[in-house]
Amino acid sequence: MLRSLALALLALAASAPVTAQDDPPPFPEYPDFRPGAVAAADRDLYSLALLDIFEVAPAASGVPARLEGFYRIGTDYNRLFVRAEGEGLISEAEGEAEVQALYSRLVTEYFEAQAGVRLDTEFGEGGLRARPQLAVGLEGLAPYFFEVEPFLFLSYKGDLSARFEGSYDLLITQRLVLQPEAEVTVALQEVEDWGVGTGLNAVEAGLRLRYEVEREVAPYVGFSVLQRFGGAADFARAEGEPTSEGLFVVGVRLWR
Amino acid sequence: MDRRHFIRNASAFGALAGLSALTPAWARTGLAHGPLRQPGLVPTVKRDGLVEYDITIDRTRLAFGGRTGTAVTMNGTVPGPLLRFTEGDEAVIRVHNRLDEMTSVHWHGLILPNDQDGVPHVNFPGIAARSTFEYRYPIRQFGTYWCHSHSAFQEQLGHYAALVIDPAGPEPYAFDREYVVVLSDWTFEDPHDVLAHLKKRANYYNYQRQTVAGLLLGEGMSLGQRLDWDRMRMDPTDIADITGATYTFLMNGQAPDPGWSGLFRPGERVRLRFVNASALTFYDVRLPGLPMTVVQVNGQHVQPVETDEFRIGIAETYDVVVEPGDRAYTVFAEPMDRSGYARGTLAPRAGMTAPVPERRERPSLTMMDMGMDHGEMGHEGMDMSGAAPGAAAGGMAGMDHGIDHAQTEGMDHSGMTMAAAGGEMAMPGQDRSGLRPPGTLPEVTMHGPDDHGIANAMAPMQTRSRLHEPGVGLGNDGRRVLVYTDLRSLHPEPRRAPDREVELHLTGNMERYMWGIDGKTYTEDPLIPLVYGERLRLTMVNDTMMNHPMHLHGMWMELENGQGDHIPRVHTVVVKPAERLSLLVEVDALGPWAFHCHVLYHMDLGMFRVAMVQRPDDWDAERLAEMYPQGLPPGFGRPDLARG
Ligand SMILES: [Cu+2]
Repeated sequence: MLRSLALALLALAASAPVTAQDDPPPFPEYPDFRPGAVAAADRDLYSLALLDIFEVAPAASGVPARLEGFYRIGTDYNRLFVRAEGEGLISEAEGEAEVQALYSRLVTEYFEAQAGVRLDTEFGEGGLRARPQLAVGLEGLAPYFFEVEPFLFLSYKGDLSARFEGSYDLLITQRLVLQPEAEVTVALQEVEDWGVGTGLNAVEAGLRLRYEVEREVAPYVGFSVLQRFGGAADFARAEGEPTSEGLFVVGVRLWR
Repeated sequence: MDRRHFIRNASAFGALAGLSALTPAWARTGLAHGPLRQPGLVPTVKRDGLVEYDITIDRTRLAFGGRTGTAVTMNGTVPGPLLRFTEGDEAVIRVHNRLDEMTSVHWHGLILPNDQDGVPHVNFPGIAARSTFEYRYPIRQFGTYWCHSHSAFQEQLGHYAALVIDPAGPEPYAFDREYVVVLSDWTFEDPHDVLAHLKKRANYYNYQRQTVAGLLLGEGMSLGQRLDWDRMRMDPTDIADITGATYTFLMNGQAPDPGWSGLFRPGERVRLRFVNASALTFYDVRLPGLPMTVVQVNGQHVQPVETDEFRIGIAETYDVVVEPGDRAYTVFAEPMDRSGYARGTLAPRAGMTAPVPERRERPSLTMMDMGMDHGEMGHEGMDMSGAAPGAAAGGMAGMDHGIDHAQTEGMDHSGMTMAAAGGEMAMPGQDRSGLRPPGTLPEVTMHGPDDHGIANAMAPMQTRSRLHEPGVGLGNDGRRVLVYTDLRSLHPEPRRAPDREVELHLTGNMERYMWGIDGKTYTEDPLIPLVYGERLRLTMVNDTMMNHPMHLHGMWMELENGQGDHIPRVHTVVVKPAERLSLLVEVDALGPWAFHCHVLYHMDLGMFRVAMVQRPDDWDAERLAEMYPQGLPPGFGRPDLARG
């Protein structure tokens, strides 16, 4: 029947369609029929390791150093995030670090919700101490391409705090990028041991100018300012730390 | 460069110089009085219409511009050998896989038995490492086509070749000499790494974004426009995911300098058979100073159209005839994002070159590409449907055919059903499905409430036909540019009215480099169920900002471009951003057929489906009820269609 239809069409026009065979292939048993090993990349795991900040402030006393980065791996919708940041004085071998392990799920076109644990540590002469917290937050791209990261933390003692981070990439040229960045921390309760005051604790802002030699390798120079407020400022003073500081930094941004 | 100098250089480069000769014999620069056609691969056997070829797939070292890499080759070259057939031949092609991995060859655009189509895990298991597979199928068409691997990223690595079928009868257009021109893209990176880069950062290869420097110099968008785009988290410079930052753009396997060249004798009419065998690159093709007459598109004759430039989507083929004067011409193929070029030369004598044109500014998407230009859009939509000359004719043709069909073939079958079906078909466009007449353009349509979820970054407010538009970055420099509405099939053909319409939305989330159809990847939603014998209207709506060259295996698509009974037949069609276009498909080939975007990386990430063609009896009732909540479409009850 099909063949006769094709022949009828051929009679009508010189360039009429040719049709395929009449022999049907066996009907694949759906849903066991699993076509498509050719397009398996939609099931693959993809990862990113980004060391956003890896810098020293050579002009300051004690040579403060700092790093901030994450590793993520997963599918389009579900990922594991491991974040780490730390800062310290190279000369005194003391500092503090924070590590987070988070489950991340894409919840809107541009945002993923993240939840997991955060471990704060402090190291130096007095040895090492730590406190675990629960972390929940969002990460994503706000309108106008602002990267934002609002997070809530609950310590094992029930202390609640929040942190908001935002940054923006401004392209001066195709490879020269100016990155302003800000971080605000607030807390509901005072936690003297960890230098946390009630209310607004600190505002930190940075401005880094990087040159992307490769996409993955971008040395930078920048300026970073910190201002502590209220109780947090008092605790810092008591520890002999500055309540406000401005640092000239040099570093490199790396990822793969 | 004289010969001695060349030899000295070659020995200086040692092995490297030898490596660059991956150019197949057919694509090497011809002699002044060389053959009128490029030499095809010599068949292993050729007699009584039986044409047998042997093709070996292997890894071969190659070099461009001082860099070396490893290609996956057919018979050791990039592109592979030129395969020639004559309409009516029986093709036997033995593919010897010397790789340590699976391979496959898909015959792009050929109508053939399902198990010869060559898509692993769809039509056959694939060609296992170090094994041989024999393809055998009748050649029942003519024209310019190509073949390529459908396994992993082998296509990006050089596994493709041109395929030319001469018609059994005479050609409708005169020409004296012909050249096959295969355009492609090459990267020295592992394609898996390329994809990993895009997954980490979707604009990894875009070095043409708007900068502060550009903004201050007044290049591209104004600040206001820029803010509009930024608010939506969209980048209008996102034209090509992968660019000249990593790609070498190839013409017949050769990098632009010095590039491929083809010779002609002054006064000859030269037919150029362009094949876009790229993994990701759309090319804009022109020969400055030489108008082209387009005579074939996707292997199908079209009424000749003269143009200065055409855009060739990935996997498309365009045949043009040119009449060069006694001078050299540059064959210039610019990728859509202008991040480089592929180049060749057409010249009356060896060694002659023509100036390489300046690269044009990289284009920018417009709000129209987002389906957001409200006012104007309604007008154009109106104009288009009003101006569509084929609308009425197409309707009539469909009607005629419907009646013919009922009378000649339907009568001896079940009278009841046929009467109903005949009645149906006598009024195309007004059947119970309420579909518009065949061959006509879709109307401007507001996007439905389904935004396809988070795998789709943004649904356009409204979608409409853009077949009359040349596409982003074209049509504003005074040149004639071919558009899809220019294409008219050579012979009129009555077009049966569609029985049903399937609407598919092409979706994506650029920020995360996710691609799919209706917001789902292939794994999430593998099948498009089709019924053997039905006449399908396949409507595609592009909800993304990228162009997608969509390709259906095994069956022709008739592009409803408003040309009524002259609408062209295609195997691949480029769907522009925010575009709604429709195709008619005679569902006449049983089995699972691949349907996908021919951007290799989009396909692999999920812009892929299997069009599963079964007889209605073979679909279970539950599935049918799901497919047809409003009841079965006409044709379903027809025993002739049901039993083939
Ligand atoms: Cu695509």
